Amino acid sequence: MPDAFLAALMLQAGYNAALVAIGAGLLGFAAGASGTFLFLRKRALVSDAVAHATLPGVGIAFMVMVWLGGDGRNLVGLLVGSAITAGIGLVLVEWIARRTRLAEDAAIGAVLSVFFGFGIVLLTIIQTMPRGRQAGLEGFLLGSTAGMLFVDAIIIAVGGALAVATVYLFRRPMTLVAFDPGFATSLGVNVRSIDLLMMGLVMAVTVIGLKLVGLILIVALLIIPPVTARFWTERTAHVIWIAGALGGIAGYTGAALSASAPNLPTGPLIVLIAFGLFVASLMFAPGRGVAAAIIRHRRFQLRVHRRQGLLALARGEQIFDGLTLKVLRRAGLIRPDRVATEAGIAQAAKVSRDESRWEIARQVYRDEAISGRYDGLTSIEEVLTQDEIAELDRHLGPPSIIARTP
Amino acid sequence: MGAEFVQLSLTPILIGILASIACALPGNFLILRKQALIGDAISHVVLPGIVVAFLVTGVVSTWPMMIGAAGAALIAVVLIEAIKRLGKIEPGAAMGVVFTALFAFGVLLLEQSDTRQVHLDVEHALYGNLESLIWLSADGWHSLLDATALAGLPPELPRLAGVTLLIGALTLIFWRPLKITTFDEAFGQALGLPTAFIGFALVAVAAVAAVAAFDAVGSIIVIAMFICPPAAARLMTNRLEVQVALSVLFATISAILGYVLAGYGPLWFGGVHAVSAAGMIATVSGIILALACLFAPHRARIGATGP
Repeated sequence: MPDAFLAALMLQAGYNAALVAIGAGLLGFAAGASGTFLFLRKRALVSDAVAHATLPGVGIAFMVMVWLGGDGRNLVGLLVGSAITAGIGLVLVEWIARRTRLAEDAAIGAVLSVFFGFGIVLLTIIQTMPRGRQAGLEGFLLGSTAGMLFVDAIIIAVGGALAVATVYLFRRPMTLVAFDPGFATSLGVNVRSIDLLMMGLVMAVTVIGLKLVGLILIVALLIIPPVTARFWTERTAHVIWIAGALGGIAGYTGAALSASAPNLPTGPLIVLIAFGLFVASLMFAPGRGVAAAIIRHRRFQLRVHRRQGLLALARGEQIFDGLTLKVLRRAGLIRPDRVATEAGIAQAAKVSRDESRWEIARQVYRDEAISGRYDGLTSIEEVLTQDEIAELDRHLGPPSIIARTP
Repeated sequence: MGAEFVQLSLTPILIGILASIACALPGNFLILRKQALIGDAISHVVLPGIVVAFLVTGVVSTWPMMIGAAGAALIAVVLIEAIKRLGKIEPGAAMGVVFTALFAFGVLLLEQSDTRQVHLDVEHALYGNLESLIWLSADGWHSLLDATALAGLPPELPRLAGVTLLIGALTLIFWRPLKITTFDEAFGQALGLPTAFIGFALVAVAAVAAVAAFDAVGSIIVIAMFICPPAAARLMTNRLEVQVALSVLFATISAILGYVLAGYGPLWFGGVHAVSAAGMIATVSGIILALACLFAPHRARIGATGP
């Protein structure tokens, strides 16, 4: 399987598999980038309602196409149908949230479940139609690349590329609206139409991704990459493209992996790879990651213990805390028998002096900018100038001698 | 309305009603707390739970699967909370990350494992199998008094009845603390109520309802019933007592009307096959909500402009 996976990654697993992988990569990129705006507007789950609302459209489009004499499986027709009901679902969510006292989450849940339920009713009707048995519309629930035609792959790839281009063209107004609609209005941006464009993009990505990822999981591609990207940067412009890249990687490797062995459904694999990237970022991202937070916390803890230990030495108090003893011993400030070394005494004197200076400083400088900096860790030399410290020292008198007690 | 009705339609309708009420009751509070989508998340993560339970035990039997589903729901709630806190991510996005990933895991596991011999697939998980829960040993209304016939009831019926009773009883017993913490959490804290625990217990009860109902009717009804009947009831009244009562009424109407329309509706239009009852019940509950949105007396937001 590793060989097959590598072959698929290098686009050597056959023409269709290669097309699917490229299409999935583009789709993932488009989804990640356009999902960023939703995430920033805190409306990530609206896309879930949109995705579920595509199902009745698929069913109706199939019936209409059969009624017109076609075989009903034309992907473009099905996608157009799904886009129409997705649009209706979106409008309903906004209408319910704005016009009634129900909150947006209730509106999302209502639209999602009712449209999906109605879609299932339509699917059961289609199954009883003469042409319906082979329709394979269930494939839209979880996506299926198995019976995918060349044309379908092209549609996905072109659609994904168009969505990426739209994100690129409108990234600035969309960012502005996502952060501060009021400010955007004052700059002359038409917030309403940018909002519509944003939602239109989400809808487009959902519809394009139906065949590949399925309507239940497509929302993952819109939510997970932006959330993941947020761990790596504080700048919106970067979030968009990092989210796009993460989505693209998930889409491409997921599709390749699924082509490399049987019983590996494409949609769930893409989602799980995206989730894997998320977990890795949650843990190991610099700055916002869990590991970074733990390291930060540990460093802080060690500084506190070192400082408190030195103060205890200066006052000639016994130290009992295990961690404090360890910190001091490691730094060569005390001997194993807990007696302070030369260096320990020197440092203790310095810290003790620092503490006394702070005490004076907090009485002398009443303003927050200086006294607020006192946290029991910051050395006063970082806050005040040499002259100011000399001034404080006149209040203090000469340094006192520290006895070497255990 | 004779023997055939009792045999084929009575038990599915009853099960549909019970499942709907079990979900609608906690749904009232979830909606008021703006946690309506918890039900959606729970019903997605039930899938990996039952698949894992099946892989562990090797059989499709109810209790291991219920335990697996409940375990998965618990894991999901904990994960959502952990991601929210560790990553400082807004709740909606955290929820979206967790339930899609767990659902994807469930689907992958299902495809990878050999479940062809047993009746376990994603479609079943989504729209359940309400139509198959018939009462074969019945031959008329008098069977309701016949012990041997009653023994042949589908086991889902007593189970759901028990769960629904339990949830109803819990709602009654903890009515005051629930009401207080839902509307004014700070006041609840001032009274010394364990607000965080009540919030968690509510989600746990919702999970129990979702898992029990899911087994019988699939996740569509679960999600729809958590939201639509309480939301419609919310637009009808300003009193919580009335809202809960109305939500139970709406849930019951949805279940009965949905089942009848699914079973007999196509026949009226000249069709021969019934359509999905689960889907139809969700649709009817949506129609009720739509009517409430358009005409209910308390539909408008306070201070909102408009008619």
